[in-house]
Amino acid sequence: MNSQMTPGVTARRLNDDSLRENFGDLHAPLQPHEAAVASDRCYFCHDAPCVTACPTDIDIPLFIRQISTGTPEAAATTIFDMNILGGMCARVCPTEELCEQACVREVAEGKPVEIGRLQRHATDTLMAKGVHPFERADATGKTVAVVGAGPAGLSCAHRLAMLGHNVALYDARPKAGGLNEYGIAAYKSTNDFAAKEVDWLLAIGGITLKNGKALGDALSLDDLARDFDAVFLSVGLGGVNALGIDGGENDSVIDAVEFIELLRQTDDLATLPVGRNVVVIGGGMTAVDAAVQSKLLGAQNVTIAYRRGREAMSASRYEQDLAASHGVQLLFNVQPKAVLNDGASTQIELEYTAVTNGKLAGTGETLSLNADQVFSAIGQTLTTDGGLVLEGGKIAVSERGRTNRSKVWAGGDCASGGNDLTVTAVAEGRDAAMDIHATLMGGVE
Amino acid sequence: MADLTTEFLGIKSPNPFWLASAPPTDKEYNVRRAFEAGWGGVVWKTLGAEGPPVVNVNGPRYGVIHGADRRVLGLNNIELITDRSLEINLEEITRVKKDYPDRAVIVSIMVPCEEQAWKDILPKVEATGADGIELNFGCPHGMSERGMGAAVGQVPEYIEMVTRWCKQYYSKPVIVKLTPNITDVRLPAAAAKRGGADAVSLINTINSIVSVNLDSMSPEPSIDGKGTHGGYCGPAVKPIAMSMVSEIARAPDTAGLPISGIGGVTTWRDAAEFITLGCGNVQVCTAAMTYGFKVVQEMISGLSQWMDEKGHTSIQDFMGAAIPNTTDWQYLNLNYVAKAEINQDDCISCGRCYAACEDTSHQAIAMSSDRTFTVIDAECVACNLCVEVCPVENCITMVEQKPGTVDARTGKTVVDDYANWTTHPNNPGAVAAE
Repeated sequence: MNSQMTPGVTARRLNDDSLRENFGDLHAPLQPHEAAVASDRCYFCHDAPCVTACPTDIDIPLFIRQISTGTPEAAATTIFDMNILGGMCARVCPTEELCEQACVREVAEGKPVEIGRLQRHATDTLMAKGVHPFERADATGKTVAVVGAGPAGLSCAHRLAMLGHNVALYDARPKAGGLNEYGIAAYKSTNDFAAKEVDWLLAIGGITLKNGKALGDALSLDDLARDFDAVFLSVGLGGVNALGIDGGENDSVIDAVEFIELLRQTDDLATLPVGRNVVVIGGGMTAVDAAVQSKLLGAQNVTIAYRRGREAMSASRYEQDLAASHGVQLLFNVQPKAVLNDGASTQIELEYTAVTNGKLAGTGETLSLNADQVFSAIGQTLTTDGGLVLEGGKIAVSERGRTNRSKVWAGGDCASGGNDLTVTAVAEGRDAAMDIHATLMGGVE
Repeated sequence: MADLTTEFLGIKSPNPFWLASAPPTDKEYNVRRAFEAGWGGVVWKTLGAEGPPVVNVNGPRYGVIHGADRRVLGLNNIELITDRSLEINLEEITRVKKDYPDRAVIVSIMVPCEEQAWKDILPKVEATGADGIELNFGCPHGMSERGMGAAVGQVPEYIEMVTRWCKQYYSKPVIVKLTPNITDVRLPAAAAKRGGADAVSLINTINSIVSVNLDSMSPEPSIDGKGTHGGYCGPAVKPIAMSMVSEIARAPDTAGLPISGIGGVTTWRDAAEFITLGCGNVQVCTAAMTYGFKVVQEMISGLSQWMDEKGHTSIQDFMGAAIPNTTDWQYLNLNYVAKAEINQDDCISCGRCYAACEDTSHQAIAMSSDRTFTVIDAECVACNLCVEVCPVENCITMVEQKPGTVDARTGKTVVDDYANWTTHPNNPGAVAAE
């Protein structure tokens, strides 16, 4: 048995009980009485600000009132009506920056209605009953290819199937779910929730899931555009930005995305090696997820090194505090300069930064940290563009998700606009489906 | 510190908080605990005639209307009068009164409407040394089916008759407890007074079904699949009780008749309100049944603090103080004009005032694209709905329009004169102002 103090990179730093506890549910689900009390705090606002703040426009006051009157199942239907991945969004949405930030009780007393937890209470209740609340419309005879079974693709496919179209849903990975399955912290999706949610969603019928099919590899956009009435691309961002520093190719430098994926897919957390000293480079959700989970695996010292100040971090203040409360050190205004390995130990050299004349630059002053592992979380990139027009490195789309090519729509992280949030991807998939439907049916309702 | 000592019908108690005749006062054990906790008096749970005592159901007796966090808003019961023998109750009353001479002990009685029945029981009650009796003409369930309780309280002639018997066969104060299950509470109150009652107490519980089980289709509380109406009490009934108290306090026939106020008294403030409407003391049940006897300590400290703040040295100082201001609608000043005003610093932009006014009232609140809510004076009738639905206390207030200003809704200048419906030109029966 190893410990947090064991030098180098090793597995089994913590015993099984500690690991189970560490990777349990981040927030325990609300019990029915807790939900009744929490829902009673909602003021049922007129034209509620929380709805405006929700990328999927869920009718929040209505679903909360439905919970308060003892019908969480009806509440779930209200949620799923706008957001078929409402179960996952209840777990991963940065509610503190969306609905709960807009809640008038946050404004009034700094204590918003617990919208995220109430949403989970409703969606969990209905899903636990194995009920799929929607039925398909009469078959339209139209077929649509959806490429990428992450949040955007699943949302689009479900809406299209509901409207009566037949959907072929392709994904490059062995499992559907995209980042829900592979890319978010384990303590946000416990008990294999992501996979269960996909199964539940597919119960609508009319969606054929085909795994192991990647665009540009087994699939070509030309073929899809020829064989289907419409194509929706939701391939995500498959590439990872390289650190581009001296020693950046060292074995101790690992993509944070890969590390998180490993964590999510392993059968036994105890077998996962983690460094005694871990440094995570980046300032987004991926950086926080990698850092916190390193700590939970038993790393002794974990540092997030971000090149700008706290306020510029894309991880929310809530996520920053979550990291800090787990003992992760947050280091601001430092950028990686080199990874040094003297054979016995690895160190990362960081350089302080400052903004002068609006430009971020190193100050020349450096510090070094022990780093048995360096996780790189400095952003992901599009790997296949299907020959479409790009904008800012992503597939350029209109408000309704249309690309420059007819019959081809795109949404989610691979498309321009958006904010890399699950909930936004869901909204884009849903809205593109509505536009595809309108286009295919030629204005016939 | 204010003196809370109360003298009601000559009966002294250290404070005006009495426990009402109900489950909490059914036994010596409970009453001793109540007195130790600080209650000023008790009305002992209703005694029945000698002989085999009544029986209660062996299933649930209570049903409740809950707030979201299981706060008890209204309580319903189908319990009958004491189901213990008369002898035991009388022995216990005697012992307790002897041990607590400074507390009020009133004995509630319910026996059939026959003179002999009252003639039999009253000397026994007198012998206990208790301070007075309360005639239970109020319970709406069970006993009323047997011609007692509310069945008597709904017939003024019976009230008068029985009260007279009691005054004849009992030497100490007689309080008549009234049922609210009647259209005009002034009539039974006047009957009690005619019969010689020293006071009335009200209200007893209200006929009620608190809930229906939608699976079994049985009203609750359910006894083997069947329910019956019970008596409703608790915070929910306070407004009804206060209105009935005020009617008796204001009516020429009954004005000045001492009143013991009952109905949803939960805090010191409730008690103070009942007293301002003419009550000499209050009786409490649901609050004690919800929180235990200790709750009286808050009532004592709260009333005391408020009295000190207002400069009242005794209950008498404010007893009945709100009666002169309780009037009929026809005497309300129709020249008084107010307008809602929203304090923008306090507003949290929930929009409830807007929804309420726009959907259900006078379209007198404007909403801007940035969720600023403002009152449209030209439409506002000062109905107060926005004030009441606003979740922020005092964010919206009703502001009196000073004489000389123009009411934007009517275009009329606000005048200082008092004018009511009796002289209003739209009133076909108006009395011409001389």
